[in-house]
Amino acid sequence: MNLYDLYLISPQLAVASTGILVILLDLVFQRKGFLPYAAFAGLLVSLALLVIQSVDLSGAVNLVDETESGAAGVLAGSLAVDRFSLFFNYLVLAALGLVTLSSVDYVMRIERFRGEYFGLLLFSATGMMLLASATELITIYISLELTTLPLAALSAFLMTSKSSEAGMKFLIIGAISSAVMLYGMALIYGFTGSTQLDEISVAVTSAAALELLFGGYALLVGVVLMLVGFGFKISSVPFQMWVPDIYEGAPAPVVAFLSVASKAAAVAVLIRVLFTGFFPIALDWASLIAVLAAASMTLGNLAAMGQTNIRRLFGYSTIAHAGYILVGIAAGVKASGSVTGGPEFVSLGLNSVLFYLAAYAAANLTAFFAIIAVSQRTGSDLIEDYAGLVRRAPFLAVVLTLALVALIGVPPTSIFIGKLVIFSAAIKSGLVWLAILGVINSVVSAYYYVRIVRVMFLEPPREQGASGISPVAWFALTVSGVAMIGIGIAPGFVLRAAEIAVGALML
Amino acid sequence: MDTGFSGLLTATVFLPAVGAVFILLLVRGDRNIRVVAVMVAVADLVLTLLVFGLFSHGEDAARFQFIDQFTWIPGETLRANYLLGVDGLSAPLVALTGILGLCAVLASWRIDTRVREHFVWLLVLQTAVMGVFSSLDLLLFFFFWELELVPMYMLISIWGTGRKEYSAMKFLMFTILGSAFMLVAIVAVFLTPDVGTFDMRALSTQGTMLGAGVLLPLGALFWLFFIGFAIKLPVWPLHTWLPDAHTNAPTAASVMLAGVLLKMGGYGILRINVGMFPGQAQHFAWALVTLGVVSVIYGAIVTLRQTDLKRLIAYSSVSHMGLVLVGIGSIGVTHGTLTSAGLNGAAMQLFTHGTITGLLFLGAGLVYDKTHTRYIPDLGGLAGRMPLVAAGLLIAGFASLGLPGLSGFVSEVLVFLGAFRAYPWPTALAVFGIVLAAGYILWMMERAFFGVRRERFADVRDASLIEALPMAILVITIVGVGIYPSILTDVFEFGLRPIVALIPAAVP
Repeated sequence: MNLYDLYLISPQLAVASTGILVILLDLVFQRKGFLPYAAFAGLLVSLALLVIQSVDLSGAVNLVDETESGAAGVLAGSLAVDRFSLFFNYLVLAALGLVTLSSVDYVMRIERFRGEYFGLLLFSATGMMLLASATELITIYISLELTTLPLAALSAFLMTSKSSEAGMKFLIIGAISSAVMLYGMALIYGFTGSTQLDEISVAVTSAAALELLFGGYALLVGVVLMLVGFGFKISSVPFQMWVPDIYEGAPAPVVAFLSVASKAAAVAVLIRVLFTGFFPIALDWASLIAVLAAASMTLGNLAAMGQTNIRRLFGYSTIAHAGYILVGIAAGVKASGSVTGGPEFVSLGLNSVLFYLAAYAAANLTAFFAIIAVSQRTGSDLIEDYAGLVRRAPFLAVVLTLALVALIGVPPTSIFIGKLVIFSAAIKSGLVWLAILGVINSVVSAYYYVRIVRVMFLEPPREQGASGISPVAWFALTVSGVAMIGIGIAPGFVLRAAEIAVGALML
Repeated sequence: MDTGFSGLLTATVFLPAVGAVFILLLVRGDRNIRVVAVMVAVADLVLTLLVFGLFSHGEDAARFQFIDQFTWIPGETLRANYLLGVDGLSAPLVALTGILGLCAVLASWRIDTRVREHFVWLLVLQTAVMGVFSSLDLLLFFFFWELELVPMYMLISIWGTGRKEYSAMKFLMFTILGSAFMLVAIVAVFLTPDVGTFDMRALSTQGTMLGAGVLLPLGALFWLFFIGFAIKLPVWPLHTWLPDAHTNAPTAASVMLAGVLLKMGGYGILRINVGMFPGQAQHFAWALVTLGVVSVIYGAIVTLRQTDLKRLIAYSSVSHMGLVLVGIGSIGVTHGTLTSAGLNGAAMQLFTHGTITGLLFLGAGLVYDKTHTRYIPDLGGLAGRMPLVAAGLLIAGFASLGLPGLSGFVSEVLVFLGAFRAYPWPTALAVFGIVLAAGYILWMMERAFFGVRRERFADVRDASLIEALPMAILVITIVGVGIYPSILTDVFEFGLRPIVALIPAAVP
């Protein structure tokens, strides 16, 4: 480990050390009001370091490959700092920053552990940022745990029975899925003799691994078992059971963070593992992903219809959106027309996934910030308590309506373009059935999203809730809302960023 | 292809939206809001008439005029342009939107609940429809197509009557379903190798879609687009949302819905189904005519049985929009040469039905406002109480059943002239639909406006000046087009000529 390695992981280190610092400050100072801003300042440092790395990358594909640290360095082979990881690091940082600001009111009403709240958020974000860079199975596993465990603690943070149930469920299901994933990693290591993704890729290509007894199948089983772990994190069917309970019970800002950043980071590592490690057997796992995508979209949307609690509804909605994202991943591969019949990489598929994640982050954060603001006014998350919101808080109602319209995928919002590129990719890769299923699912989803709009605009208001929202929460809401519309009207910049990021992944 | 930025169309499309934002943020007081909304609508009408008036259809005029273009989404993944422009097909429809937009705003004068919101949604709706008619980029077209949903949903569900929320949701779900199919088709067109563009000008030139190695079969693309437009038009059996939406919508929304939103469907079929897939359109012309004739007859028969004034007009729209399909089906000529009469008739029908039905709904809305019922058997003898409204409805009714000298006659004659050469027997059946139209219109007029005067309508007042104004505008349009139809047919002819030229020679 040398200085250059430190530079490479400095954004992650900045976030982690900010977390420690916030907890220490919480111990020392009596007045806690400045803690979120301290956390925010730490994020700005990390952001600055990311910008430096981005500039440094000019021309090169991966900062690690041309290090003077050599093959023996700590980072060698275990982490990559390329445009792909930077894209996700920016995304995670942006989500974390906004969530931190929107948590200010929320946390200040909690009696204890305010410092720990921000500390845990920052630790989890560290794990996510590492996930985006991880190129080696053990590192992936550790980063994944670093992401999950703080979130489990945060889910239980309110210490109400629902919150505790949420935390417990998250912890146990997370533990089971990561155990299964670990087993898959062990299988893969057994058959390929390596935990490095690039070496695994070579081994998978060579005939030797496939000629072992059950070799080809064992590899596939290994991949499937790993998918269990990733599927849990991105909340895809059939690993979605925890989602509605946690969305309902955990603190709302934590849910916002979970639904956006955690999903993005898990998708990042899923893409890296599948596309750099197991691309030679892509045709096998791609069809599996396509089936998972279809199941997630359909089940999520159907289950969301009957919900009366807006956060449970968003839990099912996020399952459906995981499905749309998986459509894009499945569309990253198509059978080549050549005689050998191997898989062919379709960059549009992954471009669309990256774009969709950013679009979804903007829209979902906007929706959740509005939900947080409303629940602070009314103290309720029931959809029926949104009655007449347009009368009580017109701005909030309009912003939440825009977010809901975005989640349906109607222009002029970010997710419209996101769905457009995702379904384009699916059609291009020959998955026309999946594109049509996805489009029909979007139509179905309109039903339950519009129902909320209906309640807000058409039903007479009930009793007034008093307390207002702080300027920082307004700020977070405005920033994410502007991003949501801005990406929808002028998507060029994010599309280009996604293209560049994917370009770095597949040479 | 010409590029550039003349700005006229951009101003026409976005003026109502800018007005909406202005009203939302700056105008205080209900009366001021109404006045500003009317001013915006008048200004936009002037702009649309400028577009229509300055549109040149001389021999050497460009097909698409008033182009506004800049790159909207750069990069490899999407490559879309902000591209507005009108041709002979869309210029009259833009004018129609301006006329009906003003009528809808005037018809909302008496709205007194949530005034600000009402005018905001109405103006946003106008921007969306105007955008649909003037977009020449498929993605931008879809953008505006979807933008119309939320305002319409709000207008029906907040200011409507009866089962308004159910109707609004039904409208929304039907439309979203249709546009979902359309989106798949748009994407498939874009991704087809050798195409790679959303530019409708390029897509509607000979051969672009014919020779390309296709991603989806051309027939599938044709039907995906068609379903989206057919729901909007609406075509039997996809019409069921329309009677509900119309019956329960407030007058202004009914006027916009029947007057211009349905026209988006017909415009889409002409511009995309016929204009981009001429071979497929000719191949499936028999299906279009069949659906059209069923819509005409079925719509007319169901209309006869209606007792609700607005529901009656709504079903008559199904019947009249069927004629659009019959006219488009005229491209299926199997012998002889193809003329543009049928397509011209279909396009004319879009315009004339927009004005006629707009007028019918204005009248029906006034009747409901004054008498608080739309149940026809309860009405009667209203002509003496409200002569202006009765006169307006009578003119609209006569135009609707195709009385010569009024605009409806022109479009129906053109449709039948064109379609008869291709499909004589189905066309004859469709003509029968017009006979039925005479039946339901006259019967409705007789029951509602003539006959015994009812005691309880003794103090019903006639339309006030502000209420009569939109009716007057539409009457002038209907009579004007009826007397001097070539002001429109020449322009439509100019726009349709390149489309007709694409249709492959008839198969013997």
